[in-house]
Amino acid sequence: MLGGDLTERSLRLHLEGLSGVDAVGLEQRAAGLGTRSIKTTSKAWALDKIIELIDLTTLEGADTPGKVRSLVAKALTPDPSDLTAPRVAAVCVYGDMVPDAIAALGAAHGDPANGNGRSGLVSVAAVATAFPSGRASLRVKLADTADAVANGADEIDMVIDRGAFLSGRYGEVFEQIVAVKEACRRDDGSYASLKVILETGELNTYDNVRRASWLSILAGGDFIKTSTGKVAPAATLPVTLLMLEVVRDWYRLTGERVGVKPAGGIRTSKDAIKYLVTVAETVGEQWLQPHLFRFGASSLLNDVLLQRQKLTTGRYSGPDYVTID
Amino acid sequence: MNDIVPASGSFLEYAPAPESTSILHLKKSYGLFIDGAWVAGHGKPFASISPATEKHIAEIATANAKDVDTAVVAARRAYDRTWSKLSGADRGKYLFRIARLVQERARELAVAESLDNGKPIKESRDVDVPLVAAWFFYYAGWADKLDHVGLGANPRALGVAAQIIPWNFPLLMLAWKIAPALAAGNTVVLKPAETTSLTALLFAEIVQQAELPNGVVNLVTGAGETGAALVRHPDVNKVAFTGSTAVGREIAKAVAGTGKKVTLELGGKAANIVFDDAPIDQAVEGIVNGIFFNQGHVCCAGSRLLVQESIHDEVVDRLKARLATLRLGDPLDKNTDIGAINSREQLERIRELSDIGEAEGAERWTAPCVIPENGFWFAPTIFDNVSTSSRIAREEIFGPVLSVLTFRTPAEAIAKANNTPYGLSAGIWSDKGSKILAVADKLRAGVIWANTFNRFDPASPFGGYKESGYGREGGRQGLAAYLKAAGSASSSAKAPTSVRSSSRKPTQVRTLATGAGK
Repeated sequence: MLGGDLTERSLRLHLEGLSGVDAVGLEQRAAGLGTRSIKTTSKAWALDKIIELIDLTTLEGADTPGKVRSLVAKALTPDPSDLTAPRVAAVCVYGDMVPDAIAALGAAHGDPANGNGRSGLVSVAAVATAFPSGRASLRVKLADTADAVANGADEIDMVIDRGAFLSGRYGEVFEQIVAVKEACRRDDGSYASLKVILETGELNTYDNVRRASWLSILAGGDFIKTSTGKVAPAATLPVTLLMLEVVRDWYRLTGERVGVKPAGGIRTSKDAIKYLVTVAETVGEQWLQPHLFRFGASSLLNDVLLQRQKLTTGRYSGPDYVTID
Repeated sequence: MNDIVPASGSFLEYAPAPESTSILHLKKSYGLFIDGAWVAGHGKPFASISPATEKHIAEIATANAKDVDTAVVAARRAYDRTWSKLSGADRGKYLFRIARLVQERARELAVAESLDNGKPIKESRDVDVPLVAAWFFYYAGWADKLDHVGLGANPRALGVAAQIIPWNFPLLMLAWKIAPALAAGNTVVLKPAETTSLTALLFAEIVQQAELPNGVVNLVTGAGETGAALVRHPDVNKVAFTGSTAVGREIAKAVAGTGKKVTLELGGKAANIVFDDAPIDQAVEGIVNGIFFNQGHVCCAGSRLLVQESIHDEVVDRLKARLATLRLGDPLDKNTDIGAINSREQLERIRELSDIGEAEGAERWTAPCVIPENGFWFAPTIFDNVSTSSRIAREEIFGPVLSVLTFRTPAEAIAKANNTPYGLSAGIWSDKGSKILAVADKLRAGVIWANTFNRFDPASPFGGYKESGYGREGGRQGLAAYLKAAGSASSSAKAPTSVRSSSRKPTQVRTLATGAGK
């Protein structure tokens, strides 16, 4: 890809040689995609699809085993009043909560791509590498990752070192991702899936987002993810569109499919549907499956359930008709 | 590796999302709007049809020379007795009122426009109608500030303006013409294009709602003969025309020596120049927007893509993948990207020129889309390997057809871009600001967009070089086209208001509006 040996210099030349991003044009395109109109049957399909792509998330300092059990119960039975509602793709927790999540999932723990709808399996994702800041030594980050994998996490959501990236030490960021990927290796030789969080709110420019996306994919990330949810702005439609364009270009070059996960700030069905449209019109609908697209969200699920109830019953209910976490 | 073909067989396709036409309350037949009232036309009425379905919409009156004279007389009377006596602030109030009414009736106007013209509702709703309101708001603000137009203190209105507009942006072109004319203190007689009279007639209702004094705005419908009679009317002080270069030339001849002021906004064959350091994904969007916006029925459309040879293949591949996602169909469907061609006549012209392109050896590629059975449609088409001598690279096609040419150096890009009898617009795509400025400096075009295309704003003057016409519309410059300095001689066209025109041969200019491309 970079023409021969990978060096800091060749990496820099490649990233800096990427075509620029025109902010006005990108945002205009994203806004255009946001005006697509979805009706009735497509909407019902879209709402269920959104649920099946959600990483239901709790990432609080105050998380407890009880809170995680409650989250898992919601993941398995999103709407107790309508058992046709599908299950979410995964629950996303801190590394030390992984055993609680796995225990609560029981037999329903597994790859969400196997089985679907009500019989869908739910995987466990853990944030690692000194999430959310990433400010720790590589040794600590690797130990953090290995610990979560040893606890049984199926997916690792790592953060890149934004400090290193912004000061132009692309090689360092690259090496760290490679090392974390290696730490995702299980005893049986398989790997936990690696999502690389760019924290686009701190990268600030679209050019940086494009470079960081390429860098993360080159280093072996299975997914590129917008944000931790702890920094504003988190996921936006233009940023997600841009990342999807990188994924599309990578696929054209290599035939490899990389996933995208917008996280944080997507709270309504209406917004989430705009993301589905953007995926469909940028990389194609084959990306709308749990191995290639996820929403990192918590409050989004309840809005989708309210819209779902409206479609089934013809009436709007209220927040008391969906369960909290 | 290019099997990414998004959106075909998509969940977006599960249900059409047509905008309801129930909001429209159209009359079966429309007369002429003269002196604040609806009157019958004395010519043979004609039908307006929807280009997407070929279904009848309404019957429209034809104004003959006598009707045109009645309208000009009404406009002259309104100018002499009321409009010229109002203060700028009061004229501004009327214009603000019109702008607000356009906003209130925005959805209705958008639906009518898409029905009658064939353009997607997405564009009439998000581009045309909002810009119409913006144009009236902008010029409403100017009405009491004419001292700052640049003609010195107390500039004077010209009198009666004859305005003839094309079918590609019917209501928007009406706003471009009427808003500055009224702000400057003129009264107007406007003729919409034959195939798209509907929104102008709805605008007449807005004029009534706004209680504009009678005769300030008059609308005469009809074909080329009506336009010819209007241009040649001796009591007209100003002629403003948007349309094809051929008709523009006839108008220039007709008014030569009469003392009438003229602005002409004619055809174009714009170059959209993409350098190898361009933001590629946005450039592809810009190319699409440049030529496929409004089915390419845009005078300033970027119909010649000049792409640097080193990135030609990449750009064309991405362009084709993107075009495969465009949705052609019912203009009233909110998800439609490409609507119907405005008329059978225009469709024939696009077909003819495309066949010529193919015969001349250019490589034709057509986006894969299903063409509806009825109506006038043309799928987005690219011609690759086009040479500068090819007819499709020289003549205005006025349809969704893009010619791709390549260049090697900025100097070659500039030379090829300027090698056209037209000079309306151009686009430059590069991430390098200094290059954009250096190239823009050497392009002979009235409007140059950098890293965007087909963006319009009432504050920005618009108009062409060479065969694209003269005069500017929009901004301060657009206002100056309807004013004269305080000390200048009064217009020689100020003839007696008698019915002199009825004794004149009504037509030597034959096709003023049909097929008149802006």
